[in-house]
Formats: sequence, structure tokens, C-alpha cells
Amino acid sequence: MRAHLIRRYLFSASHRLHSDAMTPEENIATYGKCNNPHGHGHNYYLEVAVSGQVDEATGMVCNLVDLDECVQAEVLERFGHQNLNTLSDFENEVPTTETLCQVIFEILQRSFDKAHLERVRIEETMLNSFEYAGGAEIRP
Amino acid sequence: MVYLTRKAEFSASHFYHNPAFSAEENRRIFGKCNNPNGHGHNYTLEVTVKGEVDPRSGFVVDLKQLKEILNREVLDAFDHRFLNKEVPEFLTRIPTTENLAIAVWQRLAPKLKTAELHRVRVYETPDLFVDFFGEA
Repeated sequence: MRAHLIRRYLFSASHRLHSDAMTPEENIATYGKCNNPHGHGHNYYLEVAVSGQVDEATGMVCNLVDLDECVQAEVLERFGHQNLNTLSDFENEVPTTETLCQVIFEILQRSFDKAHLERVRIEETMLNSFEYAGGAEIRP
Repeated sequence: MVYLTRKAEFSASHFYHNPAFSAEENRRIFGKCNNPNGHGHNYTLEVTVKGEVDPRSGFVVDLKQLKEILNREVLDAFDHRFLNKEVPEFLTRIPTTENLAIAVWQRLAPKLKTAELHRVRVYETPDLFVDFFGEA
């Protein structure tokens, strides 16, 4: 039977929302406080959802140790305590949480092969959260 | 279509062990969870049902009935139990969070009359949970 396993992680990072394609006035109008040139930070809660058949011998979709190791190495170490704007992932992208969701989804899709990656969800604050499922619809 | 979710909590102990594996394999695959004396969690259960809103009652499902079924079929059986030894499903299946979600689904689905079971979500900790949608 197919089940979905969801694991939450935490990392902290800073960013600045700014697009070179916009004038300074447009940047301020679009991004408001988030356009502050010195940047600002968040504690990001990351939820990674994977799915697969529950293995009869282990009772598991995948071993949590494998998922934790992959997310630690590929995501938390890469983004934790970094300024997102300085990373190559955001060379041509504004590091909004929408973009961050997509970038993390693509990293995990490449690097985690023990179960099917369903979606990535990020809480930027307690009031904002974003989800990306590789373009697929997200079911309630 | 409207979705309704009811939460509940139960506390139980378990351990992970497959008698078909060697002692070393059990330790390697299940790690600390292989301790035969068991360990416990405060589980949070979310049961989501879906259906059309009844025009007379305004309900998707009678919440009182749902609560009674949940208490009778799941919480009375799981709460303050050693899952491996006291819950029939787990005499033969390993009580992982995945299998708990499946067992809750199998206990509830046949008992629900008016609304259709949509999702069973079991939180083992706030940072680890499983969704089961009844998929084969």
C-alpha cells in the first residue's frame, strides 16, 4: 500500500528580494521592506513529502535515516546560515520562498532516489507558507 | 465537496523488529527503534472525511458520530498500549507510522456511513508524520 511520509526540518538564512529588471522605485513598490539592501533573515521550516509502497519487511516507505542524511547534506548544509542571494542557485532568480521551494524540490529530485518526491513545503514565517510539487496539483 | 478534519491524541509504545532479519540487520535497519523493551510517543491523529454538505443539517458528517467511531475503533485500542503486543494488526506487522496510518484507515473506512474517508494523518512527533489516502 502506498503511503506518504512527511518530515520537517529547520534552517535559517538571509535574503533580499530585488530584481535587476526593475527600477529602484519598482523594486520598492514590489518588495517593500524585503528590498532593504542589507537583507534580512528567516527561520525556514522545510517539509519534505515522499511517497512509495510500504515495504512489508520494514514497514517503511523509506528509511528515515537516508532521507535525513540526504536533506542534511544537500539542503541544510547548503542553505543554512547563508545569504541566499550569494548562492549560485539564485544567480538568476530572486530568492523568494516560491523560488526556494522550486530550487529545493529540484535538488531533492536529483539527489534522493529511495522514494518518490511528492512535494516541498516551506514556512517562511508562522503566517506564510509555500508548496511546490514539481508543477503537479497538490491534493488537500 | 467539503473536507472535515478531526484531531485526536493517543500515547503508546512500540519497537521495530522483523524476526526474518538477523539481529545485526534489525539493529542496522531500525537503529534505536529496535530496543525490544520499546519506547513511546505522543501520537496525534488527524482524520479527514469528505462529502457534500447536507442542505438540512449543514453538516458533511455528524461530528458526534465520527468522534464515537474514532474513540471506539482506534483510541480505545491504541491509547496507552504497547502496540507490538496488544494491538492485533501489529502482532504480525511492524508498528511504523506508515503501518499505523494504514491500520487506522482500515479500522475507520468500513464504519463511516455518511462521509467518505479522505486521509488519515498520523504524527509520531511534530516533525515526522505519515499520510495515507487508502491507495493500493
